[in-house]
Amino acid sequence: MGNQSTPQTLFEKVWNHHVIRPQTEATPAVLYIDLHLVHEVTSPQAFSLLRERGLKVRRPDQTLGTMDHSTPTTPRNNLGIIPVLDMQASAQLDQFTKNCNDFGIPMYSLGTENQGIVHVIGPEQGFTQPGMTIVCGDSHTSTHGAFGALAFGIGTSEVGHVLATQTLLQYKPKTMAVRVNGTLADGVVAKDIILAVIAKIGVGGGTGHVFEYMGSAIRGLSMEGRMTICNMSIEGGARAGMVAPDETTFEWVNGRPYAPKGADFDKAVEFWRTLPSDEGAQFDSEVILNADELIPMITYGTNPGMGMPINGRVPDPDKQATVAERMAMDKALTYMGLQPNEALLGKKVDVVFLGSCTNSRISDLRLAAKMLDGQKVADSVRMMVVPGSQQVKKQAEAEGLDEIFKAAGAEWREAGCSMCIAMNGDQLAPGQYAVSTSNRNFEGRQGKGGRTFLASPLTAAATAINGHITDPRTMYVPEMA
Amino acid sequence: MEKINKISGRIAPLAINDIDTDQIIPARFLKTTNKQGLGQQCFFDWRYEADGSDKADFILNKPEYQDASVLIAGNNFGCGSSREHAPWALMGMGWQAVVSTEFADIFRSNSLKNGLLPIIVDEETHRQLMSLAEEDPTTEVSINLEDQHLILPDGRKVEFPIDGFSKYCLLNGVDQLGYLLGLEDEVASYEASHDKRVETTA
Repeated sequence: MGNQSTPQTLFEKVWNHHVIRPQTEATPAVLYIDLHLVHEVTSPQAFSLLRERGLKVRRPDQTLGTMDHSTPTTPRNNLGIIPVLDMQASAQLDQFTKNCNDFGIPMYSLGTENQGIVHVIGPEQGFTQPGMTIVCGDSHTSTHGAFGALAFGIGTSEVGHVLATQTLLQYKPKTMAVRVNGTLADGVVAKDIILAVIAKIGVGGGTGHVFEYMGSAIRGLSMEGRMTICNMSIEGGARAGMVAPDETTFEWVNGRPYAPKGADFDKAVEFWRTLPSDEGAQFDSEVILNADELIPMITYGTNPGMGMPINGRVPDPDKQATVAERMAMDKALTYMGLQPNEALLGKKVDVVFLGSCTNSRISDLRLAAKMLDGQKVADSVRMMVVPGSQQVKKQAEAEGLDEIFKAAGAEWREAGCSMCIAMNGDQLAPGQYAVSTSNRNFEGRQGKGGRTFLASPLTAAATAINGHITDPRTMYVPEMA
Repeated sequence: MEKINKISGRIAPLAINDIDTDQIIPARFLKTTNKQGLGQQCFFDWRYEADGSDKADFILNKPEYQDASVLIAGNNFGCGSSREHAPWALMGMGWQAVVSTEFADIFRSNSLKNGLLPIIVDEETHRQLMSLAEEDPTTEVSINLEDQHLILPDGRKVEFPIDGFSKYCLLNGVDQLGYLLGLEDEVASYEASHDKRVETTA
């Protein structure tokens, strides 16, 4: 058992709190799971397994379902219902409803007041809290690590394990400290930090690790900025990314529907204050970034590691170190229709997508709305604004943000994953270029043949106005963030 | 689950780094509620023309690789989404093992739970296998899970890592859920001694 005086990392503390059986030579550790989030796409086969074996869901009271991936984001009909026209998606959603009903799991169905992207609603409702273990059949579960929870994506077999036993078999991962020192300049935001981190370490750089983001630039971020960063940990290969909880965290959690109340909240905060990594705690590796030097980032290729400063030039495949890297970059540039040494600033785009579990929260929408207020989306551009949840949508409408977007000529849509995963009717046409605030620029991710540039909500809004890729710092916005 | 110990088969090359699970099985095919038919959709956008015919220049479509069952893939195979549809699709297409220098964590974990062997080898062995696969599509390798050996055509044995628990489950054809279900008392005792953190049904 651990020596009391050995300094521990945030990750180790949360891990140790949840170990039911420690890891041995022969077996992985058995971890207790505090919260299991489920959605329609990665759960059906797990529920089938439970039925085949005659098992029940062990803790429906620690499980929550929502519809998000295959749901349309098109307007409601005159009955207030969002019609699902895709027969296969409709059948999948019906099956999900039946699964949650049969097994007693609370579920937010399409269009209801708390429905939304699974990684937006967890924190929004106060389910996500510091020190918890949270899993979901979705790789962006890393988002919840922003609260100092250990949160990671699992496969469908593991969804079955957690449904049936509330536990998971896991080997203890390594830790990597991601230090972001300094202060962000005007017009540079959380998304730019994480794109810079991934550009630096590569898409496999964090494999086998849990990240802990630290340093003054991370401390200075809002919870929503921290969620954006933790969300994309998986794009650097890490299953989880965490930020130590602090006053910003406690304030954000306080008062949310499912957060502890009154004396229970005070007691919880007392515990949460013990979670940050101890002075002298050791990490297996470290990466350091200086926020002072950061400018808005954009990707040029077909994985999130292929990113660069927005005023940069597309790299030359011939200058890559290995044959494999050369081939990968060549393939990426061919797919993207880009030339080596080409500048991306000024590149025309067809679509701007503001949404996804990375950047669809109220502060993301506020940021873009500030840029778009009184402006017009270029005629050549289709801009989609997709709030992360029905609650975000409601809040944005209360603040009049929807009116700003609509007046600018953008589409104001219902909540869901939308064009981040393009399995719900929202997609690019082959060959189209998009600036997207989502998390993946993989080939075909936003529609077969579609070409994605990942960037921040500010860059997305500036690009929408000009119709071509634009450095948001060149557009005047008071208090740009 | 079927027991797995020895596999032997022809190898096929897919010399691309960072192949993500969206390439292995595009998201639009995830609207299914079972595992059937995913093999036909594996590598769909690389594999088929818009009219549904095979793309002639996609290497796995070449006639000489049709009997292969061991895929030699570039570094960091299976990155991106957690979809377990990726190993289901690969197995549906006929692959029994994938050899690479590194696998993404979730893909690797998902594969091991389904009997698709993720075989990690050093760069030199990887380079050799890739060349062999490209030069002679009749090249066969064998895999001995119990000994953790990948056996090359010249008889050389290359050891590969696999965690002891996954290995035990694969060799004995048992799945990991059975083990967890046997821990009910320990789980109940953990719950009794820890405050519940959140109540979704409240």
